[in-house]
Amino acid sequence: MEKDSLELHDVTVRFAGDSGDGMQLTGTQFTNTTALVGNDVSTLPDYPAEIRAPVGTTYGVSGFQLHFSNIDIQTPGDSPDVLVAMNPAALKVNLRDLKAGATIIINVNSFETKNLRLAGYDVNPLDDGSLDGYNVVQVPLSSLTSKALDGSGLSAKDISRSKNFFALGMMYWLYSRPVEPTIDWIDSKFKSVPLIAEANKKVLMAGYYYGENTELFTTRYFVEPAKLPQGMYRSISGNEATALGFITASVKSGLPLFLGSYPITPASDILHELSKYKNFGVRTFQAEDEIAGITAAIGAAFSGALGITTTSGPGLALKTEALGLAVMTEVPIVVIDVQRGGPSTGLPTKTEQSDLLQAVHGRNGECPVVVIAASTPSDCFYMAIEAARIAFKYMVPVILLTDGYIANGAEPWKIPEPDTIPEIKVKIRTEKEGFFPYLRDENLARPWALPGTPGLEHRIGGLEKANITGNVSYDPENHEFMVRLRARKVKNIENDIPDLVVAGDLDAELLVVGWGGTYGAINEAVNRIRENDKKVAHAHFKYISPFPKNTRSVLKKYKKILCPELNLGQLSQLLKAEFMADVETFNKIQGLPFKSYEIENKIETMLGEL
Amino acid sequence: MADIEVKDIKYTSKDFTSSQDVRWCPGCGDYSILAQMQRTAPDLGIKKENFVWVSGIGCASRFPYYMETYGFHGIHGRAVAIATGVKVNRPDLSVWVATGDGDLLSIGGNHFIHVCRRNVDLKIILFNNRIYGLTKGQYSPTSEKGKKTKSSPFGSIDFPFNPLSLAVGAGATFIARSLDRDPKHLQEMMKRAAAHKGTAFIEVFQNCNIFNDGAFEILTEKETKADNVLVLQQGKPMIFGKNNDKGIRLNGLTPEIVDFAQGSFSINDLWIHDEFDPDSTRAHIISRFAEKPGFPTPIGVLKQEFKSTYDADFHEQINNIRRTKGEGDLRKLLFSGNMWQVNESNKINNN
Ligand SMILES: Cc1ncc(C[n+]2csc(CCOP(=O)(O)OP(=O)(O)O)c2C)c(N)n1
Ligand code: SF4
Ligand SMILES: [Mg+2]
Repeated sequence: MEKDSLELHDVTVRFAGDSGDGMQLTGTQFTNTTALVGNDVSTLPDYPAEIRAPVGTTYGVSGFQLHFSNIDIQTPGDSPDVLVAMNPAALKVNLRDLKAGATIIINVNSFETKNLRLAGYDVNPLDDGSLDGYNVVQVPLSSLTSKALDGSGLSAKDISRSKNFFALGMMYWLYSRPVEPTIDWIDSKFKSVPLIAEANKKVLMAGYYYGENTELFTTRYFVEPAKLPQGMYRSISGNEATALGFITASVKSGLPLFLGSYPITPASDILHELSKYKNFGVRTFQAEDEIAGITAAIGAAFSGALGITTTSGPGLALKTEALGLAVMTEVPIVVIDVQRGGPSTGLPTKTEQSDLLQAVHGRNGECPVVVIAASTPSDCFYMAIEAARIAFKYMVPVILLTDGYIANGAEPWKIPEPDTIPEIKVKIRTEKEGFFPYLRDENLARPWALPGTPGLEHRIGGLEKANITGNVSYDPENHEFMVRLRARKVKNIENDIPDLVVAGDLDAELLVVGWGGTYGAINEAVNRIRENDKKVAHAHFKYISPFPKNTRSVLKKYKKILCPELNLGQLSQLLKAEFMADVETFNKIQGLPFKSYEIENKIETMLGEL
Repeated sequence: MADIEVKDIKYTSKDFTSSQDVRWCPGCGDYSILAQMQRTAPDLGIKKENFVWVSGIGCASRFPYYMETYGFHGIHGRAVAIATGVKVNRPDLSVWVATGDGDLLSIGGNHFIHVCRRNVDLKIILFNNRIYGLTKGQYSPTSEKGKKTKSSPFGSIDFPFNPLSLAVGAGATFIARSLDRDPKHLQEMMKRAAAHKGTAFIEVFQNCNIFNDGAFEILTEKETKADNVLVLQQGKPMIFGKNNDKGIRLNGLTPEIVDFAQGSFSINDLWIHDEFDPDSTRAHIISRFAEKPGFPTPIGVLKQEFKSTYDADFHEQINNIRRTKGEGDLRKLLFSGNMWQVNESNKINNN
């Protein structure tokens, strides 16, 4: 059949099905192939907290959204143009997110009484007109898969499990992507089970040819490669980037990397990643709990390692007291908090930015730590290196905040040449003469003297210490002096970090400020407003404690300041407290990232009020 | 990784005495433990700079400040976790933990069982005074049931932990007990612990003369000690009593007191102590002696077992992987995975 061919600039696709349907795998494969053909791409995996929620139910639905384009993009897309729904529950959960007139590709075999009931449909939505206005494509995905594997000798269960490859093959055809990368992947992934490998490939191709031959699709789409800067690229998630960043920091500082960690979603992947790289001398210690994770990292740092601990909100809460110990003993460690929905166990697999105040303030006593945040998946790489640099230079604990959205989301990353990444200078004290554990250098850092060094034997601990000598001191004046000194040490770091950069229209009246993983959505919203010839500026905080030195002067320039956050206004609070800035907060606390149009609409409203 | 380096210099106890004033209450048992450690340290063959003392919070946990070695005074309960980080990162160091019964067995109980399970090469000295000293006298997880303290004016209703049973159950590979008032014995236990490779645990009965005075009096006073303390000795029958007239025999799995004067059993019927008994059942039985009426409290080495340490295995694994995979190459690591090249002409080459 002769088909039309149509060029698109950008497309947002969402794959959705049961948690057992392999949607994360399907989405990842589509992403990798899409990256390989040179599109810019951004992803949003969205999966339930339960590993295998009851089949067919709405709370068992797992989704994977990706946005790809021939231009530079920042977000996984606001509303999907296409939904692949493997069952009624997937349709029910995702329908409200779709663009008007979106295409819905449906596995029609699963729209039978039992699954409809499980999804809570009284009437089959394919029959009741509720999908009018959408372009519904009904594909008998299950039965076509069974037919493709007729005589394969596989069990009905195995056959059913490969139907996601049918969907993938069909989508590859529809968006003109090559099947080879996935074929290669199947070959290596299922090397030990050739029967399954063959079956998956067969189904993938069946899906592909189905797309070509069926009359359901009259048009085939293509998206040209994006005009990205020259270089070698890979697709990277935030958690991968964080792991690579710390390995790089270890190589660049010449110190061994020691990770003490207790598994927790969505941070565990950093532990998994780092555990693979023992040939870099990486020391990963899966501790008995969060507290042992950080205290072991402190012990390792005391004895000369780049000591880090990875966690999410509830784990950061448990590490609170130990963070105070690191502040008091002035030991360089890095705590990575991959934020998720809270409080308590909250929404373990969903994203949020609600640990900011915990990171900045959540400890007993006057207990300043450095808090920095990564804005995109690949930015995690650079912020990990930055966290290590600051910790070493100032002998201070650093909290690096990321979130579930950028941790699991992926984007193309132009791989840096390692030679272009600066060395991290580390001062280790070996000189006996004149040594005291709490001497101060020009950065107010105390000397790092490692056990095993003759003549530098010393004791540190959580009791207040006299400056210079490091002896235990209960002297009232000394305590105030030390409290102020620790605060000054952190504050001084403002002289050693980049200024807050303002993008967009510097002469606008409205400034949008954000921090962390909202970067993409804000950036996209601001760009769209500016395309409509309206003025707006955007400043994104990567350093929060301390704030960049020019923060006050930036904030002062604008008549109105908007701060979108995935919390109830935590950065806004900090900006108000420190700079008396008149910040209007814009919040979303649904476990989901902002859609850029949500921010765009808010900006429009505020511009209208000016 | 390197073994702990052996020294060639001669030290005295003075070399291990820091300049800090010791701030325990006069008469506290902690003084003796400190003195025995300072006396023993020179003989351990370990360079001073390779010692690290780690502690939690409590009276006992002030210990590192008084040792002229590297020291880390941590937070309550976390001493062994901090020490694990030190030792795993630096197996060349000799890492010691000073801790109290509240610190190790209450707030830090989780870390204790896991360090034993892993067999991290740490020397843990438990200063067991059966009370919370630093917080001024509440009952602890080793206080006897019914103990009257500030927080239990009508008597505590908690059953206590038996630290030795706990250590046996958790798989510690060296388990011993000693008394603050028995300097020679304590020094010997410290030396034995230092020589052990793996988690070495010494419970020291320590008198808190302010909040729990006399808790171990019958074990330490001349008149009562012999009848109430059984000194465990490798390969020796279990004999105790003022006149060495009593012993312990094992009847099946039940220990029984034997009184030679009664004539039915002789020394030949006694249980011969074997520290290296591969089955820890018997170490567990010994650990519970004192809970039986008429039984003495054992001191000495309950058990020693030789197995690989966590820290050694940790580095062996890393070294093996380095050997087989080759030293990590940062460029190769970054330039891996799904890669593609974007050229000037914006053509894509896949790799
Ligand atoms: C997190 C925390 N909780 C409670 C305390 C208070 N505290 C300090 S020491 C201690 C108990 C000490 O008892 P033990 O460990 O037996 O040591 P001892 O003083 O008897 O040597 C307590 C409860 C603390 N310092 N930190
Ligand atoms: S309170 Fe008890 S344990 Fe603490 S120093 Fe005084 S006597 Fe020793
Ligand atoms: Mg105590």
